[in-house]
Amino acid sequence: MADPIHQFAIVNLVPLAKIGHTEFHFTNSALFMMVAVGITALLMVGATSRRRMVPGRLQSAAEILHDFTADMLRSSAGEEGMRFFPLVFSVFAFVLIANIVGLVPFTFTVTSHIIVTASLALIVFFTVLIYGFYRHGLGFLRLFVPHGIPLYILPFVALIEVVSFLSRPISHSVRLFANMLAGHITLKVFAGFVAGLGSLGVIGWLGGALPLVMVIALTALELLVAFLQAYVFALLTCIYLNDALHPGH
Amino acid sequence: MDPTAAKYIGAGIACIGMGGAALGVGQIFGSYLAAALRNPSAAQGQFGNLIFGFAITEALGIFSLLVALLLLFAV
Repeated sequence: MADPIHQFAIVNLVPLAKIGHTEFHFTNSALFMMVAVGITALLMVGATSRRRMVPGRLQSAAEILHDFTADMLRSSAGEEGMRFFPLVFSVFAFVLIANIVGLVPFTFTVTSHIIVTASLALIVFFTVLIYGFYRHGLGFLRLFVPHGIPLYILPFVALIEVVSFLSRPISHSVRLFANMLAGHITLKVFAGFVAGLGSLGVIGWLGGALPLVMVIALTALELLVAFLQAYVFALLTCIYLNDALHPGH
Repeated sequence: MDPTAAKYIGAGIACIGMGGAALGVGQIFGSYLAAALRNPSAAQGQFGNLIFGFAITEALGIFSLLVALLLLFAV
């Protein structure tokens, strides 16, 4: 039976450079990141090149994506949050397209690698940290001191708030990574059942129909998860940015 | 006990924590559905809060998964 982990292997495609003992390659991961960015760019450029008052299909798709992200950002970070719209939209579009591209057979799921999701989460984390201190100075530390807490338990609450703030990039990145990894392994395990039973002959074909239906249902579920996890990732980005804009609780 | 065996047993025990997160996530969606059926017109406006609560709760399950993954691949 095929190894369900094999799909996550990173393959070196084109050697680029060698500095010291570190080799730099153009990998399948980089290729599919560029595919995700390319599809997003094509969608947005194609949709806005021939703008109409009554939008066509492509323009509608782009407008829905834009309005959806803008509403999400406005409702969680306020009108001020719209200055971060380019960041939130890029993150949402990249994660969404990368998740969906990964569902196509024989492709590579970029977001199933912790290094990619951790980089995205750290970009958000440091944006919040740097913008918060830039905008509010030391007033940003009010984020860790909630109002209306009795003085004698305030140190403990502040400590818990600091720890919860520092653990944000971990949960932010591992959530997306673990969901994509687990979903794709499940898909491949059930697909392996189909192939294994199919090799047994006619009785195996009858038995193999069951996991085949399961694979189809799981693919539909994964499509939902691909969208939901991109939405959760972008929504948490908005909520964290709200902390940088309005640090008082 | 063989350290490798202890590592694998520890990873399995760490995964029990995800059951707690499962209870929490079920509670969130169950309560949302119960409230949404009582007042369907207010349900749409609370979708963002629903997903936020889900994400915060799921984070605790993710930490136990992280402990399991660290035991399996990093220790």
